[in-house]
Amino acid sequence: MAHAAHKLPETFREPAVSVELAAEFGLKADEYANILKILGREPTYTELGIFSVMWSEHCSYKSSRAHLSKLPTKAPWVIQGPGEGAGVIDIGDGQAAIFKMESHNHPSYIEPYQGAATGVGGILRDVFTMGARPVANLNALRFGDPSHPKTRQLVAGVVKGIGDYGNSVGVPTVGGETNFHAAYNGNILVNAMTVGVADTDKIFYSRGASVGQPVVYVGSKTGRDGIHGATMSSAEFTEGDEDQRPTVQVGDPFTEKLLLEACLELMKTDCIVSLQDMGAAGLTSSSVEIAAKGEIGLVMDLDKVPMRESAMVPYEIMLSESQERMLVILKPGREEEANRIFEKWDLDYATIGHTVERRYLTLNMYGRTWCDIPVPPLVDEAPKYLRPTAKQAKPAALDSQHTALPAGGLGAALKKLIACPDVASKKWIYEQYDPLVRGETKAGPGAADAAIVRLDGKQKALVMSSDCTPRYVQANPWMGAMQAVAESWRNITAVGGKPLAITNNLNFGNPEKPEIMGQFVDAIEGMAQACKALDYPVVSGNVSLYNETNGKAILPTPVIGGVGLIDDARKAALLAFKPGQTLMLVGGECKHLGQSLFAREIHGAETGDVPPVDLAHERKTGDAIRQMIDAGTIKACHDVSDGGVLVAVAEMAMAANLGADLQGPEDAGFWFGEDQGRYVIATDNPEAVILPAVTLGLTGGDSVMGVKVSDLRDLNQSWLPNYMAGK
Amino acid sequence: MKSVVVVFPGSNREKDMADAIERASGHRPRLLWHKETDLGKPDLMVLPGGFSYGDYLRCGAIAAHSPVMKEVIRLAQAGTPLLAVCNGFQMLVETRLVPGALLRNASLKFICKSVNLRLEAESPTFTGGMKKGDIIDVPVAHGEGNYVVSDDTLKALNDNGQVAFRYCNADGSADMDINGSVDCIAGVYNETKTILGMMPHPEDATDATLGNDSARKFFEGMVKAVAR
Repeated sequence: MAHAAHKLPETFREPAVSVELAAEFGLKADEYANILKILGREPTYTELGIFSVMWSEHCSYKSSRAHLSKLPTKAPWVIQGPGEGAGVIDIGDGQAAIFKMESHNHPSYIEPYQGAATGVGGILRDVFTMGARPVANLNALRFGDPSHPKTRQLVAGVVKGIGDYGNSVGVPTVGGETNFHAAYNGNILVNAMTVGVADTDKIFYSRGASVGQPVVYVGSKTGRDGIHGATMSSAEFTEGDEDQRPTVQVGDPFTEKLLLEACLELMKTDCIVSLQDMGAAGLTSSSVEIAAKGEIGLVMDLDKVPMRESAMVPYEIMLSESQERMLVILKPGREEEANRIFEKWDLDYATIGHTVERRYLTLNMYGRTWCDIPVPPLVDEAPKYLRPTAKQAKPAALDSQHTALPAGGLGAALKKLIACPDVASKKWIYEQYDPLVRGETKAGPGAADAAIVRLDGKQKALVMSSDCTPRYVQANPWMGAMQAVAESWRNITAVGGKPLAITNNLNFGNPEKPEIMGQFVDAIEGMAQACKALDYPVVSGNVSLYNETNGKAILPTPVIGGVGLIDDARKAALLAFKPGQTLMLVGGECKHLGQSLFAREIHGAETGDVPPVDLAHERKTGDAIRQMIDAGTIKACHDVSDGGVLVAVAEMAMAANLGADLQGPEDAGFWFGEDQGRYVIATDNPEAVILPAVTLGLTGGDSVMGVKVSDLRDLNQSWLPNYMAGK
Repeated sequence: MKSVVVVFPGSNREKDMADAIERASGHRPRLLWHKETDLGKPDLMVLPGGFSYGDYLRCGAIAAHSPVMKEVIRLAQAGTPLLAVCNGFQMLVETRLVPGALLRNASLKFICKSVNLRLEAESPTFTGGMKKGDIIDVPVAHGEGNYVVSDDTLKALNDNGQVAFRYCNADGSADMDINGSVDCIAGVYNETKTILGMMPHPEDATDATLGNDSARKFFEGMVKAVAR
């Protein structure tokens, strides 16, 4: 496609480079000194921009890299672990699941609608770039206190952004989680996950390019939006940072859909050598990644880049984060074949360069060279820090006065918990998402402990969940992170799925503070221990640091996105039980109220230690649960988590629109304790239960613990819509 | 049976529709890219759901002027059955094959949830598997499904039995307002009842494994009537 020649104003000069300018770009003095050493000269303005984004926390993982290597990443079913666009696992029958979760926190706080929308767009591209058709989206959202003046508007914008993008592209949004806590008042979290399916012999990587191949640009035109977005995401917020709105990108789900279909069509040919989407740091990171992994260099003529605006300069083109763009390395001589497909889908494209042996990134435009950087040091010599850590004191035990039942007893406590913001139904949110498109969804939001999406033409289904309990991680980062992994594994197990692997999204505060770095390191260690014990490796992930505003950090929030498989979706256990079934508690009685929702909501006490995770017990219990679901013994199932056994039973009752006649002690620990490794099951055949179990009662009637199911439902479902309506 | 599902850039429920038709008929429909114009002689044409051209203009407005639509309109006017769902229904009102317009939902929000539909008037082409008054439980998934027509046209639609479906409560005893549509209308026929446009997605309620096959009888009846 021919593009009008762009002209540079004659008066244009790149600004002079200095250590002060480097600091403005987020580079420390010693980092800048290293750039001078690498180049043996002063960088140009364009080169400095490229170094600064490549060496940003967001792209280089400079604070976290040293610790991430502790996570287990291998299993016989892992095809590709961390290091590519997304992780890949074998799901049998020649197919692979490809998935990742990624944050878009800072942009979503500044401009919630576009920030969240482009977060979804970015993670979709990470997945379809590898050859997978996206079949499910999930999201993990954390907002500030409901009473904070910005919260309502942020919820509305983020939810609409996620919905409008995913709905339009036609990928079902099947699950997620939403919490509210004052620690997120100035820094919300928007983590988006995509799961796709590919044939194992048709997986595409960013590695593999070699010398003499064309470099092709396809997708939206490049504009001046999102310049330096990666740098913004690598710094703390201060009041008034909403002025950074120009660094937020604008999404176009229609172009994304065209790009998705065009890429999948192109992938059916054998034209492609490698490809990489232009995500954070746009053309810079995509081209550097391809060059570094292929151990080659790239020469690009930026005049040929499809541009939306006139007189753009290399600095802007290289740092733009315009959305819905891809960089593709083709086999030589195959451009025409590719071009026909791009034209069918009405996409802009251009061959903008070629691969060379000399391992440099060379950028020409307007008849001169603007950048000539050796690729290996740009990647290998990115800073890597072992930042100081401070150990957190072990939390004190919960004060016994905070374990007392309120006036009105169990029923009154249940009514309070079922309506609290963290437990309240998120229907207002998920009714704005389409969980059904593609026609393979067995369980979408609210139907079961995990989302269930059948594979096309099969009875086999993917099982997916997103989990983290930030208040646990805050109280005890090591145990809290272990709990997040265990709960993910448990949620997939509770529907009958076999958990296979996870992606993680590690959201923390400023790593330059020893107490934050201490949280991070402890959390990694807890996560690693749980992943090993449960054979649940990490195959992809994202680290989001500097989640602070005015020096106040968020709750540490290492979100786990789990993926598993169930052989026959027809056997899956959902929440809704049927009349006349026996409700049983499997995994042991509950008593632990430290850090529980009960202590927080009834006594205002966000205190105590977290419930301990016993990984051997977790595994043994879960394996038996899965076996009983497969055998048909368990008809409905819900893990015990926020709010304990009674909230679990109430949620099952609301799903079934049916009550339960319960028996048990008048004791808060028994009904509201959040002990780990527990499941509430409904069965027609209690004798067939193969683990020790406590009988809780029989299903039937119209109430739970003296509260009508219809009242529970009203309480549970009215909080969020009333809140959003300003009531 | 020979059926054609027309695919526009931005369509995204063509798979759901093809699966539902295949489930009912045993035959996979042909998916026809909008730049092609030769539809052959199909027994059934379908305009599927999605966000054609991103719905950046009025929903369905650009697709209504796509090359393939001339042929779709010609065949439909000559009596070839045409089913148009969601974004397809929006194209249908843009082409004037059925009257009315579809505005933003009264809530101003995208709505995806399960709703109940009452069959208001039978059509030999589409509803052979159902009886007037039957209720099916199917999902809606749209941001602009608020159906409006003038009072005169509404009267004509009612008088001619062109109102196909209304949103209602679970036992059908009362109409239900889902998106602000006039008289809770969810779907309408053309005058000869060979064209049906509707906002809800019966294609996503045809598989028992997924927990809802309430609209299976709708598809089975339609397939039986149109197959030659």
